Amino acid sequence: MGAGTRLGTDRRGRRQAVAADTGPDAGPGDTVVADRTEARPAIRVSELTKTYGEIEAVRGIDFEVRAGETFGFLGPNGAGKSTTIKILCTLAKPTSGNAWVAGRNVRTERDAVRRNIGLVFQDTTLDNYLTGAQNLRFHAELYGVPAAAVAPRMRQVLEMVDLWDRRDSLVMTYSGGMQRRLEIARGLLHAPHVLFLDEPTVGLDPQTRSSIWEYINDLKTREDITIFLTTHYMDEAEHCDRIAIIDHGKIVAIDTPEALKASVGKDRVQIHTENDAAAISELASAFGIEAGVHEGAVTFSVTSGEQFVPQLFARLTVPIAAVSVSRPSLDDVFMSYTGTTIRDAEATGNDAMRQMAARFRGRR
Amino acid sequence: MLAGQIRVSVPDRSLRADLRAVSIVWRRELIRFRRDRLRAVTSLIQPVLFLFILGTGLASLAKSGMPPGVSFKTFIFPGVVAMSVLFTAIFSAASIVWDREFGFLREMLVAPVSRSAIVIGKCLGGATIATFQGILMLLLAGLADVPYNPVLLITLVGELLLLAFTLTAFGVMMAARITQFQAFMALTQMLVMPLFFLSGALYPLTGLPGWLSVLTRIDPLTYVVGPMRHAVVSHLNISPIAQRALSPGVTWDGWVVPIWLSLVIVAAMGLAMMSVAIVTFSKTE
Repeated sequence: MGAGTRLGTDRRGRRQAVAADTGPDAGPGDTVVADRTEARPAIRVSELTKTYGEIEAVRGIDFEVRAGETFGFLGPNGAGKSTTIKILCTLAKPTSGNAWVAGRNVRTERDAVRRNIGLVFQDTTLDNYLTGAQNLRFHAELYGVPAAAVAPRMRQVLEMVDLWDRRDSLVMTYSGGMQRRLEIARGLLHAPHVLFLDEPTVGLDPQTRSSIWEYINDLKTREDITIFLTTHYMDEAEHCDRIAIIDHGKIVAIDTPEALKASVGKDRVQIHTENDAAAISELASAFGIEAGVHEGAVTFSVTSGEQFVPQLFARLTVPIAAVSVSRPSLDDVFMSYTGTTIRDAEATGNDAMRQMAARFRGRR
Repeated sequence: MLAGQIRVSVPDRSLRADLRAVSIVWRRELIRFRRDRLRAVTSLIQPVLFLFILGTGLASLAKSGMPPGVSFKTFIFPGVVAMSVLFTAIFSAASIVWDREFGFLREMLVAPVSRSAIVIGKCLGGATIATFQGILMLLLAGLADVPYNPVLLITLVGELLLLAFTLTAFGVMMAARITQFQAFMALTQMLVMPLFFLSGALYPLTGLPGWLSVLTRIDPLTYVVGPMRHAVVSHLNISPIAQRALSPGVTWDGWVVPIWLSLVIVAAMGLAMMSVAIVTFSKTE
């Protein structure tokens, strides 16, 4: 295979680039781009369910991800995020329903799906005893990247994540953030249509997390790609074009972060009191407000928080130690749709499904 | 068009793609072996102990059974070389369990290549490494009074390659089912020594009690140690009668199994075990 762009036609008659082009002046390559960004959704999911024995991990979900979008799956551990991603990546078979990734059916066209997706798992899947470059080379060979394209593409993805200078170091000498970056580079190596990131920043310190996000946002401007990610960090969901909130195996809301926040409309007030139970009953009797204890504070929503707080001090007999008012965040969105905060949902660890999910997150 | 993007389109699955996968899985084993020189050295220690300590220590006892001018070390040399291959092959199969624990196995299993390509690559990789380890032992032939005859050495290397492949396939088959490293090591440790002791590496297979005779005949190692000893003995400068006494061949109820059949048995076992491993790895959730 030579360098430069050649167009070939595969068995299904779809036009595709056979080898590499290295510049914007490649001519015929433009049609390839047009082919990729066509209106066809990058992911389409229809009435998907997955049960493990008695446990319904996914209970009938439907959604579409548009080509070029960054789409986030937000929910507590065990909500069904990892199971869904496994089905979309053809690592698990759906119990019922169907899904298409890059136009290919996950049930019947496994290999075609796999060729068109990049995967970054929660747990590292690098070989620590190989160098960064050797890990990428291994991937390129397994995914059949055309020989002429391997070297330039490797350089490109390594430079994208700032690891080109460290390519010949053993992976065991990389920091956690560098390993995650190398995995992202590897996931991009075969130029997939859809990149799946399963909790891309879990287990990393806050500074490294934000740097990983810089790389992800940067790659959106360089690569013609759709990103599907799962997270249980609210602040990370803000990076997405659209998010789906998933809880107990069902999608409870799906929209842009802005629209979801606007739909809540209320400010969140949290107060610390000496007697939470008394405060809650007083809030109900004096103001007609339904409050609950979340994250150790009495929490409720009102339309304009700043104006409400003076009334609160005037009329509540229970002494208040501290008060905070916050604009609607995705936390509030999550709470208004599921009735709990994501941290509380995580804290109740005795949920059978959650344990099941933990087991399936483990290695096969 | 995004500036400067290298366009890649991954081709459909083909035989060529699977061969590339076999090749890279095989090369990875070699890269890792090359980096682990300590393992190559430590793997030599046990066979060397058997050859020189046990071989020298038992020499006076064994003297009565040996033809004049042939040392006991020469007699056990083929078995000890096979032993070094045995250890290395099983350990290299253990890398699958290791890969599973560290997640790398998943990188291989999600790739759009057939699982057989990955299993075959692993078996060939392990076989190559184990054969290389056997060759290191063969270099010591002179110290066991085995001549450095090119024909002999080539024959032995070929037989070692076959043995290494079958043993790696055995290890890979086990690693496909046993997912915990400790369990795998415990089980293989339990099997390695019996395989070695029952192979006739240290004693002749003639005149054994019935139960031991049966056990030695079901040990796959027997069918490689026999031909290897035959090759070594036929290159010694001794009478045909002495040769036959040292290497009577593997017998089934008095019938001497020909060398070609011995080797076919070993190859068939290897292929069968590799097939089982492929089937096991091909199952998904």
